[in-house]
Amino acid sequence: MAIFPLRIRDLRYQPNGREVLAGIDLELGDEGITLVLGPNGAGKSVLLRTICGLVAPTGGSMAWGDEGAQRPAQGVMMVFQRPMMLRASVLHNVALGLKPFDLSRRERDSRAMAMLERIGLADRAGDSARQLSGGEQQRLALARAWLTRPRLLLLDEPTASLDPSASAAVERIIREIRTDGTRILMVTHNLGQATRLADDIVFMAGGRVCEHTSVRAFFSRPRSDEARLFIQGELPWRMRFQGA
Amino acid sequence: MSAFAATFSDAISLLAGFDHTVAEIVVLSLQVSGGAVVLGTLIGLPLGACIAVGRFPGKNALSVLINGLMGLPSVVVGVVVYLLLSRSGPFGGFGLLYTPLAMIIAQTLLVVPLMAAITRQVVEDVWQRYAEELQLMRFSWWDSVTTLLYDCRHSLLVAVLAGLGRAMSEVGAVMIVGGNIDRATRVMTTAIALETSKGDLPLAIALGIVLILIILALNALAFGLRHWAMRRFG
Repeated sequence: MAIFPLRIRDLRYQPNGREVLAGIDLELGDEGITLVLGPNGAGKSVLLRTICGLVAPTGGSMAWGDEGAQRPAQGVMMVFQRPMMLRASVLHNVALGLKPFDLSRRERDSRAMAMLERIGLADRAGDSARQLSGGEQQRLALARAWLTRPRLLLLDEPTASLDPSASAAVERIIREIRTDGTRILMVTHNLGQATRLADDIVFMAGGRVCEHTSVRAFFSRPRSDEARLFIQGELPWRMRFQGA
Repeated sequence: MSAFAATFSDAISLLAGFDHTVAEIVVLSLQVSGGAVVLGTLIGLPLGACIAVGRFPGKNALSVLINGLMGLPSVVVGVVVYLLLSRSGPFGGFGLLYTPLAMIIAQTLLVVPLMAAITRQVVEDVWQRYAEELQLMRFSWWDSVTTLLYDCRHSLLVAVLAGLGRAMSEVGAVMIVGGNIDRATRVMTTAIALETSKGDLPLAIALGIVLILIILALNALAFGLRHWAMRRFG
């Protein structure tokens, strides 16, 4: 079943009367990287968790594919800011993603090893996953998700608290996943990352989507005051775009 | 004081001379308690993990029940198993009463709630952190249980050790269903009780020393294993 386009209409989430998502309207096509930007408390992470089904919305609708299914049959994965690392080897942690699939242990390990080679962690396959650095753990989490060949991959600040070189390694993998045909929706606070990775940008504030536009349009002609103020907090990046 | 010292001295002599009676009792004790702990591990750990991961009506009540059964008096278990295995009981036809197997059954019933309760607590803490990712990876309920048991394996050594400690130190149930028959169902705790009542204190003390040494050795082994695992896997 095709899961794109994903049409989100008036999506609301109001736990205990507090408006976290205040009527989100958003449409996602079947390819590219969309970055979700916005200040803290804008509802970015909750939007991702609602899309993947971890949070039940209190209103609105999501329609997957041309048939408008309420929930995707499969193919949606999410990588968290602090991903789960079992007390086991790197290989075991990556192969874990294939456990629900009808594959032999040997086949799972073989595919996981090939994936580790792809992300540059093959030499750490036998090491404990918990002893990896933060950047390596994020690469592992991306590999685990990628291994399941998701159609939509949701990333919740995967490079938060990583140093520039670790962030660059993670970004490289995200680009590869996209090239492999996976649609990516990613939350970040890093405007520089937005310029490097995004095909389009969703800007959120106060539980609403203020704008959904191309990277260039967002940085050169932000339509909403919220977006303008947000960008002004990161002037160096704004100047770089204006100069480009 | 001299009588106390003499009793200890005789007990040490029995151990140093590798007394055959002591050895037989120790071996049977290890077989019975070891068997109970193996069965308890196979039942109690998955049971505890299932309660932790499962979402079903009565989950809280079941958790309270399992916690409450941790303090189950061993003589009560002994009487219940006795009634079940006695000639007129539902399983009387198997002829298990006064055999080591009956003792294993009784001790298993004692250790399962203890191991299940500890496992539930350990696994529930980890489940709260992992639940969303496992759900997203479309793990079945059983896949989640096995994954969490694997991840918590080093912490669950505590549950196994607690079960072993409960089984090895227990006297009431094995006395009732085993009968404390010489060279058949006499284990360390029942032998200590019997020899003390007979006034053969050196044998009772010797068995007590062995019992404590075994429990200490197993705890030391588990402690070392856990530390090695923490260094190795974090």
